[in-house]
Amino acid sequence: MRTAAIGTVKYAFAILLALWVIVPIYFITLAAFSTEEAVYAYPKQLVPRDMSTDTMRFFLDSEGVVPSLQRSILVALLTLVIALGLGVPAGYALARFAFRGADTFRLGIVATRAFPIVILSIPLAVIFLRWGIDDTVYGVAIAHAALALPFAVLVTSSVFAGISVELEEAAMTLGCNRFSAIVRIVLPLALPGLAAAAIFVFIISWNEVFAAAILTLEERTLPAQILTLLNASPLPFKFAGGFFLLAPSLLVILVIRKYLFNMWGRVVK
Amino acid sequence: MSAAAQPASVGQRIRRWEGLPYWLVLPTLAYLVLFFGWPMVEAFTLAFREEGVWSLDAFERMYDDLRFGEALKTTLILIGVIVPLQFALAVSMALLVNGRLRARGLFLYIFLLPLAISDLAAGIVWSSIFTERGYLNTILQHLGIGDPNLPRIWLDPTDQTTLLGTVVVAEIWRSTALIMIILVAGLQSIPKEFNEAAEVFGAGFWQRLRTVTLPMLKPSIQVALLLRVILAFEVFATVIAIAGEGTTVLAAEAYRWETTNQDENVAAAYASLILVLSVVSALIVLRLLRTKKEQLLR
Repeated sequence: MRTAAIGTVKYAFAILLALWVIVPIYFITLAAFSTEEAVYAYPKQLVPRDMSTDTMRFFLDSEGVVPSLQRSILVALLTLVIALGLGVPAGYALARFAFRGADTFRLGIVATRAFPIVILSIPLAVIFLRWGIDDTVYGVAIAHAALALPFAVLVTSSVFAGISVELEEAAMTLGCNRFSAIVRIVLPLALPGLAAAAIFVFIISWNEVFAAAILTLEERTLPAQILTLLNASPLPFKFAGGFFLLAPSLLVILVIRKYLFNMWGRVVK
Repeated sequence: MSAAAQPASVGQRIRRWEGLPYWLVLPTLAYLVLFFGWPMVEAFTLAFREEGVWSLDAFERMYDDLRFGEALKTTLILIGVIVPLQFALAVSMALLVNGRLRARGLFLYIFLLPLAISDLAAGIVWSSIFTERGYLNTILQHLGIGDPNLPRIWLDPTDQTTLLGTVVVAEIWRSTALIMIILVAGLQSIPKEFNEAAEVFGAGFWQRLRTVTLPMLKPSIQVALLLRVILAFEVFATVIAIAGEGTTVLAAEAYRWETTNQDENVAAAYASLILVLSVVSALIVLRLLRTKKEQLLR
């Protein structure tokens, strides 16, 4: 009797917490796909009745949105290339070699997380001006990569650590050199984990707004564009923009949910 | 490759690869020195040096600005209110999905949803709820609470308590998933036997939580607290999206001085202040949650 009651209470509590997470997402989705009248209406519709894609289309047709969207994707891809291009070798080294200084290096990487790296975009703005890459996607990508690189190193190191060394050694006994053993044995096995890391690096850049808004003036990324227009723009723009920023992050969690624990569980250690 | 040459070549091969790990970490190291270490030094230089002279002028301008006190106070209040509340929430969520619950995989996925939602998106989501003609007032009207012709204004700059309350709600909603996932990973590493043993000896739920689960979870709590407090000093877009100019935080002031006022020295002074506050808080967290050996032995 008593355990059954506790079970019910637990279940009700879980449902309550789930609603707390879901309902706001539902509301912004509803707002983004309401007709223009419904967006301005009060009281608002709580169940989808007056639905249309006009609000989304209004947002996408607004001046500067499509170019800034393109820049956002470009910046995220550049961030991905830098963070994984540099981070994967370092992660591999941490997972496979017991070299002198390895612990210090790992600790140093973890310690960077004690700093609000985003804030460093203020001095970076001055540095980029000197270099002539102020107000460019490259500057933003460089800042985003500094943010994502420590994360990429730690995650890829845990991905490689999960792949048995014996396989690599076996390949080397059978005539592979270290490089071809990595390419033909390790990388295919690491691919799903690396892809999950890549997706998360992409979303780190897609989401980042402080550095992007500081480092650009004309060449805004989408979040920077939305932020600077936020208080001067009509409600449909705001709500559709909010949904547009949010949608990929929900998709990402769905795609990489299996790897999230590998990421955070290992990063903790 | 002939079999006779094999032993020597393996030895050579190992020696040849001895430097390899250093070559592999070098690019990361170089990048972080260039784009993390150097800007950090540059931030302090910008803050303390103007037109070639070392001075505290930037900090004086920062301190004399009316919004400085408000920004510092608001940032600290937000951290002080948000962090304890969301830890309680994260512990509840983690215990639920780690326990015997039907469809716990689904609940875990739902609880994780906000993990990758940006501060800006979360701010816009909650502004659609708290705005005067928004969803909260709509719901209240359906429930018959308050005057239907006079919707309550939640985002009123003259009512800072309510305004900050809305930011607190939005930030808890957005950033609790990060804590929860770290705690769930920590819970999974606690051997089941510990709780079972405590149960055999008659410990109830709360007693087990206090004497077994939470102490075992301490390293995870420490990491989560560390990450959370540091991220809280960067809180920015949520505040701007919800409150506009109605209130301010340190990062928003850094942004304002850099962009609107075009005074990079004061912006750098803010950046330095945020850096110092973050590192000091990180050290405090590490010290407060240090595991004492005597405690373990007792």
